[in-house]
Amino acid sequence: MTTHTHPTLPEFDYIQPKTLAEASQFLAQHPDEARPFLGGTDVFVRMRDGFLTPKFLVDVKNLDGTNDLRFDPQAGLTLGAAVNMNRVIASPDVQEHYPLLAEACRLVASYQLRTRATVVGNICNASPAGDTIGACLALDGVLHVHGTGGLRREPLATFFLGPGKTTLKPGDIVTAVSFPVPPKGCAGAYLKLGRNKLSDLSLVGVTVLGSPDPGLPSRFRFRIVLASVAPVPLVAAQAEAVLAERAVAPESIRQAAQLASEASTPIDDVRASARYRKLMVRNLTEMALTEVWKKLQK
Amino acid sequence: MAFHEIKLTVNGGLEQVRIPSNMTLLRMLRESLALTGTKNGCSAGECGACTVLLNGEPVNSCMVLAVECDGAEVVTVEGLAGDQQLDPVQEAIIHSGGVQCGFCTPGVLISSRALLDRNPDPSEEEISEALVGNLCRCTGYIRIIEGVKEAARIQTARS
Repeated sequence: MTTHTHPTLPEFDYIQPKTLAEASQFLAQHPDEARPFLGGTDVFVRMRDGFLTPKFLVDVKNLDGTNDLRFDPQAGLTLGAAVNMNRVIASPDVQEHYPLLAEACRLVASYQLRTRATVVGNICNASPAGDTIGACLALDGVLHVHGTGGLRREPLATFFLGPGKTTLKPGDIVTAVSFPVPPKGCAGAYLKLGRNKLSDLSLVGVTVLGSPDPGLPSRFRFRIVLASVAPVPLVAAQAEAVLAERAVAPESIRQAAQLASEASTPIDDVRASARYRKLMVRNLTEMALTEVWKKLQK
Repeated sequence: MAFHEIKLTVNGGLEQVRIPSNMTLLRMLRESLALTGTKNGCSAGECGACTVLLNGEPVNSCMVLAVECDGAEVVTVEGLAGDQQLDPVQEAIIHSGGVQCGFCTPGVLISSRALLDRNPDPSEEEISEALVGNLCRCTGYIRIIEGVKEAARIQTARS
């Protein structure tokens, strides 16, 4: 068998719809043959590898409002689907109010890839390894979806069904992701373990967001989301519960980290073994929680 | 497969090209416009050998469809130098010895140009981070990083 190290893209027709309605209609009419794309950073690789062979690629980048990045002190942040990650990182509003999101974007691949890569694309690709998904879940992201039936909102919390699988139906186009104003005094961290310091896919990723919450026994609320260790981005609910119930301290942090590790169901693959990943979930969760706890006490 | 007529600016000159849907910007530059300075490395957006400026920002041209570049402005390594003078990043990388086999060099130069456009005085860490997407198997990066530092100095001196 010949190995093609530089495969060209397989044949397809590039479609550039003028309106969202036109795009949804086309996608709905060709459910198995058409695929929407934004920056193409995942789709093109999978097409070259032969995993995807769409007959039509529908460019949804230049449609109504998809290029907008908006922040409103009451409504929060809205990232249009076509807003690339470098724009997210450079946005003063994101840096001030959503630094966790900027931190997660900064750990995606390289600068030139992030010129094309988008947060919405990262979400829709639904890889358990998606670097920005943890931050989006912890920040209570909501997707704006345009389908054949019009616009609807879909919370990220129930969006992921499996690797590459989401609740999106043929004809659905995610036009934006929005985030409420983060809880007052919150702090976050994204710790990513790759085979090198930057640019690799995550072997394990741990996102933590903590905030003061007088309504809880511990008076603090923590969100913990794990990447690359389950079929979907995993919210470590039991670990979160421990830190809501018990006073936050090194012991409860260690217990939460252990629970996060136990909740994870990683697989062996080319990048790391399942056993290693489980251990690293424990260590990285402890490190991330400790880091966030320090920030919260300042 | 559908074909598209596109117009774009490449290194300052207007080009009109007829290309199929699946042609990447990289292939169009190399095969339709004979600009072979931009290299094809991994075809997966990882090695950076194909980096060009698209509307002023660096992209992996293997990961951009040519048809998406209708109306765009593209700068390749061939477009960096002026008529009389090399770009500071070219001059500095030559001087620092940041070139061995040369395959990664066009991409390194473009990424470095883009870095100095957005940050004229980068720290060593900022240079390393900006070049994360440009793999070099020869130099060990040290002389490339030295070169970018020197390029920043040349650029400041020239301005």
